Amino acid sequence: MKTRHKRLLLILAGLVILGAVAALVLNAFQSNLVFFFSPTQVAAGEAPKGKAFRIGGMVKEGSIRREADGVTLSFVVTDTEQDIAVRYQGILPDLFKEGKGAVAQGKIGDDGVFVASEVLAKHDENYMPPEAAQAVGEAHARALMKKAQETTVSP
Amino acid sequence: MSDRLFNWYRFASPQAFYPLAGRMIPWFWALAALFGIAGLYVGFLVAPTDAQQGEGYRIIFLHVPASWMSMFIYLVMAFWAGLGLAFNFRLSGMMAQALAPTGAMFAFLSLWTGALWGKPMWGTWWVWDARLTSELILLFLYVGFIALQSAIDDPRRADKAGAILALVGVVNIPIIYFSVKWWNTLHQGSSVNLAKSSMATVMLWGMLLCALACWMYSIAVALMRVRRIMLEREKDTLWVREELAREAS
Repeated sequence: MKTRHKRLLLILAGLVILGAVAALVLNAFQSNLVFFFSPTQVAAGEAPKGKAFRIGGMVKEGSIRREADGVTLSFVVTDTEQDIAVRYQGILPDLFKEGKGAVAQGKIGDDGVFVASEVLAKHDENYMPPEAAQAVGEAHARALMKKAQETTVSP
Repeated sequence: MSDRLFNWYRFASPQAFYPLAGRMIPWFWALAALFGIAGLYVGFLVAPTDAQQGEGYRIIFLHVPASWMSMFIYLVMAFWAGLGLAFNFRLSGMMAQALAPTGAMFAFLSLWTGALWGKPMWGTWWVWDARLTSELILLFLYVGFIALQSAIDDPRRADKAGAILALVGVVNIPIIYFSVKWWNTLHQGSSVNLAKSSMATVMLWGMLLCALACWMYSIAVALMRVRRIMLEREKDTLWVREELAREAS
């Protein structure tokens, strides 16, 4: 084997070892690398206690309410299995809507409500014109309707 | 080797590559302009508004190509650096050195356009999520590579040190790419990969044309830069003196 082939092998072996080390390190830090916890993770006690953290999920349909003082907003973040009630005072991004993704930073208060200091919108990776989005929405509604009819007929 | 139809190894020598690169540069500039105009035309005048983000999404036509290029150029740079480390080709160190500033520019552009996009859509310029942080590390790797190479006077030693840094940094590229899959991030998942696209077709075409324009631009600029590096590093050789005399006359 020529010296330069040995060097090439050495470099490739080095890269493989480096990749393995990186994989192990990232695996060890797994829980520190997540940006937010889902409501299910919070319910399972995986979120840090007594410290600020972020929750993420969908804003539940029909859950956004403005409280009597006129500036406090309350809504529910859901991952369809578990819900977390959130209270927030401050500026909201334009994309913050019911049925869309959101990430909130804050702490769980004594009453079990998550008191947020910052709310961000998390949008999905789909890009389509409004007409297409409307068509997708209608198709989705039809599918739900059909499913509902089937379940009511079958029993 | 002389019985081959086309001898690739000939162009591994700077002396042979210099005129070839010079002839290719105008073509890559022309292609960059062509794809750039087509991409911007499709992106800004043909593609429809987005259902979620309205007109604001159009920054994608710069943001995504810049991010792709920042990662891809790093891989190419590390490939040349590794080749140089293993085989001691003179050209490979020069190529790696020539690619670094363009890669750094695209990494910066990706972060900058991302911040401009994040503020109106997410509600923040910057968050320390896995995608954004690993892309910032990529920018630091580029800057570190450039700084390390220029801190060492002897080009052979500079190439070696830079190559090791570049190869170690390769581990960051899959982390950037898969970060949105492996961890919860504020950044959404990828819209386009080799298997599928979750973008309307016209939008996708605009983005791909812009990405092609960035490719052609990167090749043109890297070739221009590598020609300058060749002249500088080989300034004591006969071919450089002849070349300079020819360009001066």
